[in-house]
Amino acid sequence: MKRLKLFLPLAVFLVLAGFLFRGLSLDPQALPSALIDRPMPAFTLPVLGADGASVDEKALSGEVALVNVWATWCASCRVEHPFLTELARQGLAIYGINYKDEDDKALAWLAELGDPYRLNIVDAEGTLGLDLGVYGAPETYVVDARGVIRYRHVGVVNAQVWQDILSPIVDELKREATAS
Amino acid sequence: MSALASLYRAGLVACMLALLPAAAFAVIETYDFDNASLQQRFKTLAAELRCPKCQNQNIADSNAPIAADLRKQLHAQLHKGASDEEIVEYMVSRYGEFVLYRPRVNQVTLVLWLAPALLLLLAIVIVITSFRARASAESVELSAEEKARLDALLETGSKPQDD
Repeated sequence: MKRLKLFLPLAVFLVLAGFLFRGLSLDPQALPSALIDRPMPAFTLPVLGADGASVDEKALSGEVALVNVWATWCASCRVEHPFLTELARQGLAIYGINYKDEDDKALAWLAELGDPYRLNIVDAEGTLGLDLGVYGAPETYVVDARGVIRYRHVGVVNAQVWQDILSPIVDELKREATAS
Repeated sequence: MSALASLYRAGLVACMLALLPAAAFAVIETYDFDNASLQQRFKTLAAELRCPKCQNQNIADSNAPIAADLRKQLHAQLHKGASDEEIVEYMVSRYGEFVLYRPRVNQVTLVLWLAPALLLLLAIVIVITSFRARASAESVELSAEEKARLDALLETGSKPQDD
């Protein structure tokens, strides 16, 4: 018993080391969205480049889609843009939220780099962003066919993120949509 | 002192004074409040809500755009007459429990809330038991046999006792 006691510090160290080791592979920046499994928040906002036509949350339901929060001031958005274009070319529905941006710049960006979006919601004041819990662009939400938010990815969507995280979720949701 | 040196010194002081406000008021928006109690609630809430972007700052300290948005929202809601609970609920429903610097007591956070008390209790128990162990070690009773041996040793090593 006495001898076992001598190993107590070692045991405490091992437990602590275990927790710290686990911590190495956790991303402290990754926050689960508070809106998972909740419907897309209600909004009525203008459509980019549509001369004052507006859109509401119902436009985003109907099929499994990505909702991508982007802006021309966001450097990482430029990085992910080609990959989004590629995904759109493969037939995935992608909607854009042009977050706290200027319409002219946003339209020039789309003209220059290509437009992967079905439509872009103009969120100049960031009100929709606030309701979505957006804290920085780019963010990408996976919305199911009923318009319910199922996943949120913060940061660049690239081939790796798509393959490891988003693609399995989208496939699962598509199966779910055809089953029901 | 030469004129040049005093000019230099005045220039230096002017530069330092120019820098001072920038450091003191890093967050520069101003908000008007109808009364002092609203202002006090704004200060308290802004200090207790955590910035989702720059994770170790509250929204009062942070310069991140999202923190400015949340301050604006906080100000607007206070003026709409929302209660503290409603405002906190508004933030949590969008940004999750993460925005609370003082987490709510629930199943997930129970460990967090109880751990300090439990650890303190554990520390007290350890201190008491180790003190007791030491005290009992000091007052160990000698058996009759050990006493006789001790006496014998003492007698051979020192002068004979009076009695």
